[in-house]
Amino acid sequence: MQDGSGHSISVDGQKFHASIHGSLECGNCHSDIKGYPHPDHVAPVKCATCHADEASGLVGSVHADGADHPCTSCHGDAHSIYPKSDPKSAVYPLNVPKTCGTCHSNDGMGQKHGLPSIYPSYIDSIHGFALSKEGLLVAANCQTCHGSHHILSHKDPKSATYKANVPDTCGKCHAGITADYKLGVHGKAVAAGKLDAPVCSDCHTAHAIVQPTEAAFRTQSTPICGSCHKEKFSTYRDTFHSQLGSLGGYVETARCWDCHGAHEILPASDPRSPVNKANLVKTCGRCHAGANASFVQYQPHANAHNRKLNPALYFIGLFMNLLLVSVLTFFLIHTILWLIRQRLEQVKRKSTEGGDHA
Amino acid sequence: MPDKELAAIVSTDNGTGEKRYFSRFTAAQRWMHGVLFSTFLGLAATGLPMRFSQSFWARQFASGVGGFGAIIFFHKLCALVLTVAFLIHLKDIFMRGIVNRDFGVFWGPNSMVANWKDVTDLVGHMRWFVGLGKRPKFGRYAYWEKFDYWAVFWGMMIIGFSGYAMWFAPFFARFLPGWALNAVLVVHSEEGLLAILFIFSIHFVNTHLRPDTFPMDMVIFTGVESEEEFKHKRPEEFEKLVKEGKLESRVGPAPARWWINFARVIGFTAILIGLTLLVLTLSAYFS
Repeated sequence: MQDGSGHSISVDGQKFHASIHGSLECGNCHSDIKGYPHPDHVAPVKCATCHADEASGLVGSVHADGADHPCTSCHGDAHSIYPKSDPKSAVYPLNVPKTCGTCHSNDGMGQKHGLPSIYPSYIDSIHGFALSKEGLLVAANCQTCHGSHHILSHKDPKSATYKANVPDTCGKCHAGITADYKLGVHGKAVAAGKLDAPVCSDCHTAHAIVQPTEAAFRTQSTPICGSCHKEKFSTYRDTFHSQLGSLGGYVETARCWDCHGAHEILPASDPRSPVNKANLVKTCGRCHAGANASFVQYQPHANAHNRKLNPALYFIGLFMNLLLVSVLTFFLIHTILWLIRQRLEQVKRKSTEGGDHA
Repeated sequence: MPDKELAAIVSTDNGTGEKRYFSRFTAAQRWMHGVLFSTFLGLAATGLPMRFSQSFWARQFASGVGGFGAIIFFHKLCALVLTVAFLIHLKDIFMRGIVNRDFGVFWGPNSMVANWKDVTDLVGHMRWFVGLGKRPKFGRYAYWEKFDYWAVFWGMMIIGFSGYAMWFAPFFARFLPGWALNAVLVVHSEEGLLAILFIFSIHFVNTHLRPDTFPMDMVIFTGVESEEEFKHKRPEEFEKLVKEGKLESRVGPAPARWWINFARVIGFTAILIGLTLLVLTLSAYFS
């Protein structure tokens, strides 16, 4: 059965009665339909009549001006809506990512509206795996961080995903880590309004979050620290730590946070910092068994190009480079001249010595 | 001795119509070269991805062989084998030069130690390159061969020491100052790079690819070389042997055909690997 504009108007009575609205009469929602035959065009149902709080939350949110029905887009077929605690519900925690993903993924409405494709990143993330593989109800799904009805753009200072609010948003679950973070330099900077400092999502990403002990994260994320700490990153790149770390397959190699700490990052001058002079033997010793006071004089950020800071390294590097360049230059010229001369000689003698060298 | 007389004594066919071959390297020396170049190729192939770990091919190679762990394992394995070979060589020199009092190891025409003739040979050779004189008469070991030898000798000491210092850093830190732990990586990688660039370009061309020996000097595999080759390449040594009447004692067996073919496969494989690594190195160095 179809209405004037071709929409199906069939309602599965059994399904409807099993739904949360099963006790309602049709007319409770379709209040504009008084008799039969029905009017050609019926008014959209106003869910706000009963759900005033949710409706007011929607006002001003990113979904407020959607052309589609603001409620059914997420809650599903109007005649079979279930409470969010029911696994059949479109907004049951384990179903939320799929529901949001209908729009926020490559092939959905996202493409049409130019929205970033979030669903594939999320579903392969540590949160996504916990949800899809383990069925973990407490695993963060979309609305855990973004909220449900009053979702605001991350640019809005009132949004849970606004940069300054991210630590508290993640802290709703990761309370211990957030407390550590707030004690560190980055946390303090963000609290002081310096929003250049990183929050959780700058290092861990927002959606494609992986287990930080995994090779994938360890091999790819030193450049994240390096995007701000450029000089430190460049000198780190010159070291064996970086060289072998870039090759992967050996995840234990020292990355930034192995020495500096990950969340409660403190300046080296702070006696609690793992890179404070007093703590170096212990910090280096975590990987280098037998590390001693002399061993920790090693400079993990030595700059071989800086004569003032690292004179020994600078001159050794210079000597090695001069040796390399002079030996190769001399022999290159020597060999090229030799080749030409010997070939000329061969042509002159019409011989091909070297033809039989057994 | 005038050339005619020399030609009369040393005919190319020793009366039987067969070519004569003269031995140049002992089996032990050829084995040493074999161990040297195979471990060197292994060290280069595993060292370069570490040196240029940011390059595309390094990561491809690393993931192909099982990551950094596999690379460093193979690097250390080759290093150990090469260290043993180096120690055996030192023992040989000690036995020959000190125990058996064969001082020719340290000085004279059969020694690897450079002498004044090497200087005049170098100058004379370069004058010949540009047409200013005659080609010098080289002896048993020409100056560029001595340079190759000492470059490897020095290289093994430097690269070996710095390598072990990194491998056993906490131990070496007991005697080395802090900055030395930083320096060993610079020294190791620069000296390694020099060795790789030198061997895969200069040594390959000087010893194997130059017109006189193109495409490969087989003497390091067979141990012997033909009479004409001997006379042409090392006239001084040849004439000396003739004068001293010792030439016959150096006649060696003609190399077996299968061995030459086998050695060619090995040798060309080594050269191919070397040239591939050279291209990768240069591409990473200049990118």
